[in-house]
Amino acid sequence: MVRLLLGRLAGLVAVLVAISVMVFVIFNVIPGGDPALRLAGRHPTQQNIRQIRHDWGFDQPLYTQYFDMMNHLFIERDLISYQDQTPVLPAIRRGIPRTLSLAIGAALIWMIFGITIGVLSGLYQGRWLDRVLTVVALAGVSIPIFWLGAVLLYLLTYKYHSWPVFSWIPPGGYVPFTQDPAGWATHLFLPWITLAVVSIGFYARVVRNSLLDTRHQDYVRTAKAKGLSPSRVLVRHTLRTCLIPVVTLFGLDFGAVVGGTVILIEPIFGLEGVGQYAQESVAHLDLPPLMALTLYGAFFVVFFNMLADLTYLWLDPRSRTT
Amino acid sequence: MIDAPPVAAGGFRTALRRLRRNPAAIVSAIVLLMIVFACFPGAPLWVSHACNHGPSDQNIQGTITENGHKVPVVRNDGTPIGPGLRACYLLGADSNGRDLFVRILYGGRISLEVGFISAIVCVTVALVLGILSAYAGGVTDSAISRLLDLIWSFPVYLLAVALATAFAVHGIAVGPIHVASTSLAIPIVVIAIVYVPYVARPIRGQVLSLRRMEFIEAAVASGAGPVKIMLAELLPNVASMALVFLTLIVATNILTEAALSFLGVGVPLLTPSWGNIIEQGYQTIVTAPWLTIAPGLAIMITVVSLNVLGDALRDALDPHARLRIRN
Repeated sequence: MVRLLLGRLAGLVAVLVAISVMVFVIFNVIPGGDPALRLAGRHPTQQNIRQIRHDWGFDQPLYTQYFDMMNHLFIERDLISYQDQTPVLPAIRRGIPRTLSLAIGAALIWMIFGITIGVLSGLYQGRWLDRVLTVVALAGVSIPIFWLGAVLLYLLTYKYHSWPVFSWIPPGGYVPFTQDPAGWATHLFLPWITLAVVSIGFYARVVRNSLLDTRHQDYVRTAKAKGLSPSRVLVRHTLRTCLIPVVTLFGLDFGAVVGGTVILIEPIFGLEGVGQYAQESVAHLDLPPLMALTLYGAFFVVFFNMLADLTYLWLDPRSRTT
Repeated sequence: MIDAPPVAAGGFRTALRRLRRNPAAIVSAIVLLMIVFACFPGAPLWVSHACNHGPSDQNIQGTITENGHKVPVVRNDGTPIGPGLRACYLLGADSNGRDLFVRILYGGRISLEVGFISAIVCVTVALVLGILSAYAGGVTDSAISRLLDLIWSFPVYLLAVALATAFAVHGIAVGPIHVASTSLAIPIVVIAIVYVPYVARPIRGQVLSLRRMEFIEAAVASGAGPVKIMLAELLPNVASMALVFLTLIVATNILTEAALSFLGVGVPLLTPSWGNIIEQGYQTIVTAPWLTIAPGLAIMITVVSLNVLGDALRDALDPHARLRIRN
């Protein structure tokens, strides 16, 4: 187990190094992306540009520039952006609680609703709930998420805002939890719903199918034959097994949300988390923050992948033997 | 329980019969055909017969007659006309007086083209990599697998954004091939690359289990070379899987195109695509919400139909497969 863990950690580091090289190479082949021109301001002289190129080290060979950037990112921790020369790491650090508030809240909502609806629809297979669920699940994965956010924001905070049911929903922005927990929750309500709606139906389908697979297994029949109550059989025997694939999926999806999907949601709601920072850096083709953000995103994706694999090994004893 | 055979049970003819008995599949196929028909032959027909405005024709000063009254296409305060039952401006106009319905028809061409072509590129590359990697094994396998791991670990949108910006500034120039930065090839290639691992990994797994089966041994014994085995023996056996993936990937790609265009790195701004229309409409969502809502609904209807069809296809070809695309 320890050896496996160490191996996976080494793999994680290797993937991050490879990704950092890839990002660096991609950005250095952009012909119009010469950062010295941007740093020099509106009317630069040749002298200016040459000076900036020298000061920032753009005249060094690429590998020196790469190691220099990694040094500023991980060791000196003082990497600054080309666009407005602000430090990158504090900006990310400021965004992390916002992004995690969004992702964790949404994940809780989609897991609770997804599992509940999935179990119910598995138990009542073929009935109306089951049919409605199939439609909702497919509709959920078919909505452009940023569009859903934009339309919800428009409908609930502008068009129908005068309705008392919706009047408490603020039009975007973020309030820290430590300052005002209620404000934190109301500000995050719509982003949570937007992010969760896309996944609830899908998770419900997975739980339903998995439940249908496990409820006819021999050990479930044994449990019933022992005379256990149906609810005990469901909770202790069926659910335990049928949630295993859900855990793996959740690992993948949570990593993908924190490391990527937030880029589409945060700008809509003005949450100013890591995703919005990424979206702004994209607009400016700003390499230092994009490098840091891509590594940050990739870390979450790989880390949660790894966590999902390890949880799978822990939950499912069958997988350990091979 | 009996283990499911790893290959499609019954082949394509049985699958077709099963599909025909599935009402959801039939409805979604009809909806898709209608959308494709409306966008491809339908768009120019609509422009020439119903209303003489192309997708980019502006009409800020224009008026239309409704119930005997003259109504401006764009009011003096800049608010464009909304949706209504008429030949011109069926879904309303944008603030430049462009006909939203016509733009959605033409935008659908671009979105469907990008989605479909990038899906074909993606599945083709994935088939080559998946089959090669599993059949060759050894160094080839680990090299390809590591590459796939790498793309997989890259956050989808950040990878697409990095690639798209890198290509979009001055285009791609690889040797004699030069692709202009406004070319549709850029979003197509970017979207195709991003989803290759999601398809190649399951195909590799399938081939790994096929490789140990007797018909491959028989082919080797009868003197078939590796290329022939991969093309004539392995490819037909993963074709049904590839077909299912193709349908689901087209759906995912249409969503990705919209997302990338929304971030400003997708389809070039002057070409209408469903993603671009939303991106531009979103600027005026408060005064003209139809500009955001209508193209989003077009995406949703198309993607739902593709997903329903993909699901039905999977059930018909191989009920035991669990294929999915994360987006």
